[in-house]
Amino acid sequence: MKKKTAFSPNQHLRRVGGPVGQHNSFGSRAFDIFNYVFVTLVAFTTILPFIYIIGASFATEYELSTRPMFLIPRDVTLDSYRYIFSSNKILGAFGNSVFITAAGTAVNLFFTSTMAYAISKKRLRGRTAILNLVIFSMFFSGGMIPGFIVVSSWLKMKNTYWSVIIPGAISAYNMMIVKNFFQGIPQELEESAYIDGCNDIKTLVRIVLPLSLPVLATFGLFYAVGHWNAYFGAMIYMPGAREKWPLQVLLREIIILSNSSAGDLANLDPNFVAPPEQSIKMAVIVVSTVPIMCVYPFLQKYFVKGVMVGALKG
Amino acid sequence: MNKAVTKRVAMHGTGREYLRRLSADIRRDRWLYALLVPGVVYFLVFKYLPMWGVVMAFENYVPFSGVFGSEWVGMKWFGYFFLSPAWTRYLANTLVLSLMNIVFYFPAPIILALLLNEMQSLRYKKVLQTLLYVPHFISIVIVVSITFVIFGSSGIIYRLTEKMLGQPIKYLSDPGVFRWMIIGQTVWKETGWGTIIFLAALTNVDVQLYEAAMVDGAGRLRRLWHITLPAIRSTIVLMLILRMGSMLDTGYDHLILMANSLNRNVSQTLDVFVYEQGLKNGQYSYASAVGLMKAVVSVTLVVSANKIAHALGEQGLY
Repeated sequence: MKKKTAFSPNQHLRRVGGPVGQHNSFGSRAFDIFNYVFVTLVAFTTILPFIYIIGASFATEYELSTRPMFLIPRDVTLDSYRYIFSSNKILGAFGNSVFITAAGTAVNLFFTSTMAYAISKKRLRGRTAILNLVIFSMFFSGGMIPGFIVVSSWLKMKNTYWSVIIPGAISAYNMMIVKNFFQGIPQELEESAYIDGCNDIKTLVRIVLPLSLPVLATFGLFYAVGHWNAYFGAMIYMPGAREKWPLQVLLREIIILSNSSAGDLANLDPNFVAPPEQSIKMAVIVVSTVPIMCVYPFLQKYFVKGVMVGALKG
Repeated sequence: MNKAVTKRVAMHGTGREYLRRLSADIRRDRWLYALLVPGVVYFLVFKYLPMWGVVMAFENYVPFSGVFGSEWVGMKWFGYFFLSPAWTRYLANTLVLSLMNIVFYFPAPIILALLLNEMQSLRYKKVLQTLLYVPHFISIVIVVSITFVIFGSSGIIYRLTEKMLGQPIKYLSDPGVFRWMIIGQTVWKETGWGTIIFLAALTNVDVQLYEAAMVDGAGRLRRLWHITLPAIRSTIVLMLILRMGSMLDTGYDHLILMANSLNRNVSQTLDVFVYEQGLKNGQYSYASAVGLMKAVVSVTLVVSANKIAHALGEQGLY
């Protein structure tokens, strides 16, 4: 005899809410438990280094060397932070990063949206040629060295902010997605603007851009994160302009190369004992990471949306 | 008159009329062309000028003399590279790292996405996702900095392994662990974020398919195998194509941060070689020659991977 199920398939289907139905078998239950525990552990491991470093950056030298493992220090000291803020190196680099990110993102959005709007118009003569120009550049590039020569010797951008703002002004991939988005805006809206006497530029500014704010916000964020995290451009193009260095380049010097100090003991109390290198490095990591971690949860949905837009392929 | 010309005349009229219409169209769209200027100039200057600049790979480029004034040496640098005893090592380092990336990193987001997809509590899933996406937004400099602080000789993991094994593992300088550190950092940084594209593909699965399968008595594993996986197959293929196309790109921004004189033998990939020869030693021509070869091979790889995808009945990249 066939084993009777607890309820008929019909009832069963009614209970199915999401893509994954409920199966009450033992195996299924065991899998669920394993799955929840496993993914939770993975997520915990992902943020564990941050928690550890934040905690340890407040710990005393004694505790760091005696306790093998801890997340929350017993004795809290702010010495590392006092030390790194004793010179305005970190703060200055932080300001440079803010400036590069803001100016760079503005340039990105200007270049990306103007070009995307023009080639989103199918009636434009020469559009195919320009599209091919863009697409070819996504597959083939002259490489790192010719690019470096163009920026540094031919355009003479070395040691200027331009060198980290202009060379990445358009991501071909982002531009194509914005173009596809512009193509999806109902033509009637733009036509009514034409009838009211707007030219193409006015239509873009008054009608199309306001309608595209979510998309612009998303790609603006992608560009901004890219600028904030970039170090390579500044490292190769601004070797002689320390005062313009963004945070990432300074971090590389202080933490990875260990050939620069974060603070200045001369500005501190003569009795101040310099904290161990390890704590200083941790404090520097915290200071440069925490701002991003604070804004990230609020912006997360825009980022995810951006990936989705790309994934749908036009 | 041949066919193509007949067609053109039918579409645009005779030569003079064609020109007249062309200029009328251009005049009508003059503001659009104005909008196009910054973008086109950008692409010409920062993408196509460097492409033209690769002629320096065939010269003995001296910045002072410029591309026009430098001595033409033909294929010298290509021969120089292949005659150097170490070129096989650069290639091997590149391929080993790429293969390790495909074997150990590539499946990670797929597996994690499938596991997340099986979670029934949407709210809890959201919380976990938020945590999992964090490292993607951290710069590679900070990722390497964190590694230095944790795995360096006064770091917590260094001391723990020393206690457990009786002797330390030199995570930052031992050539034997270098690749594992790179893969580990990549997995830690990008696995969570990598799930998004697969989770997006999974939301398009028709729920009725699952229901039908359940009516037919398919258990969870069978539904996963016969419905969920086929649903993301084309996404997986697409991502694999992209990955294959960049087999020779190990990236340099990550590697040069982890590279040092002790792990040179394994950390020198083609990308790192180009960076060191070109930007550190000023061997512009030699480095661009190697970079050019890499770019040509990469294009070939993408095109062939895409052909294979089409042959397998997938949509592919283009």
